[in-house]
Amino acid sequence: MGAQLRVYKRRIRSVTATKKITKAMEMIAASRIVKAQRAVAASTPYARELTRAVTAVATGSTTEHPLTTEAENPVRAAVLLVTSDRGLAGGYSSNAIKAADKLTERLEAEGKQVRTFIVGRKGVAYYNFRQREVADAWTGFTDQPTYADAKKVAGGLIEAFTTETAAGGVDELHIVFTEFVSMVSQTPVDVRLLPLSLDRAESDEETAKEGEALPLYDFEPSAEDVLDALLPRYVESRVYNALLQSAASEHAARRRAMKSATDNAEELIKSLSRLASAARQAEITNEISEIVGGASALADATAGSD
Amino acid sequence: MAELHVELVAADRNVWSGEATLVVARTPSGDIGIMPGHQPLLGVLESGPVTVRTSDGATVVAAVHGGFISFADNKLSVLAEIAELADEIDVGRAERALERAKAEADAAAERRAEIRLRAVAGVHR
Repeated sequence: MGAQLRVYKRRIRSVTATKKITKAMEMIAASRIVKAQRAVAASTPYARELTRAVTAVATGSTTEHPLTTEAENPVRAAVLLVTSDRGLAGGYSSNAIKAADKLTERLEAEGKQVRTFIVGRKGVAYYNFRQREVADAWTGFTDQPTYADAKKVAGGLIEAFTTETAAGGVDELHIVFTEFVSMVSQTPVDVRLLPLSLDRAESDEETAKEGEALPLYDFEPSAEDVLDALLPRYVESRVYNALLQSAASEHAARRRAMKSATDNAEELIKSLSRLASAARQAEITNEISEIVGGASALADATAGSD
Repeated sequence: MAELHVELVAADRNVWSGEATLVVARTPSGDIGIMPGHQPLLGVLESGPVTVRTSDGATVVAAVHGGFISFADNKLSVLAEIAELADEIDVGRAERALERAKAEADAAAERRAEIRLRAVAGVHR
């Protein structure tokens, strides 16, 4: 076998192996999207009822609660950025990071200091490489986040929020995650969690039907206590929802990236095998012409000796 | 008979939903019973069993670890981070967890296991 042909054959083999891997990853991601979507759907009733309850307390009571009142001069804001632990998901993590950068710029233009909290190894790596300060980071669960993970993350955020501003606490809580719109479309979004902006909570969660007034609730034991207990749960549930949506988006992004990788590999194999065929043909032609040339030289030699 | 619609929801799933005539749950200030037509209510729940008397006379008991109860428009929702129906609870496992928690003096785990066992027994105390 000619050297050229051997090189082509080797490359085809290696691309075929890669294709098998990307194909497997594509299929795994595709099956996980369904699971992740189911998790999002399963968490929706809780989130919906909780948002309804929070809206009811916040509008139905005159209580001044630190979690609902806006600071007069917000000095510091926390941004929670949700990225993935693993790569090979196309622009998934970098799009979320870009959205967080944009939000950070906007907040800084408004004169607020920004403390960044990160979920996912990719985001951490990005910030560490640029030597930017990270307030806190959590990794290792972006594939399949559980409620306990969300609780951990939310705990850190709430702690930062409840700390006095002078002592390094934050006045606002933003979250940047990738919204799962459909199988083919995932968009990074930023949402302000706290202080609660009620109109957003309502329109966002389709809680209050058009024109329907919320009932006058009786609070047990008291509006303050209910709000105290309710808001951390609200943050947890919103963080949980963000993590789940991000997980679904990550799998969808990975599926798409791996699908195009597989397609490219197929394309490459096709063109490489064409080249290999051409090389083989050239080799054969070459051999034939050598034989013919040799034979005719021999014939010439015998004719000359006659 | 008047009925109210009950949704028992945990953070990651819908635990139970259906029609009921009476729901008993525990708030920090004591047990509260809710029947159809109750005043709109929003309350904090203590960890403990929630008892639902369904419209066909059966009783559903669930172990709830913290959470909220909200009632409006004859619709009651029990929101809990963790909620388990009595039928789903593995008694053996809960008992083992209780012993382990006692041995390790882990008060929170001990309480969780106790609530589970109480829910299975259907005792509301």
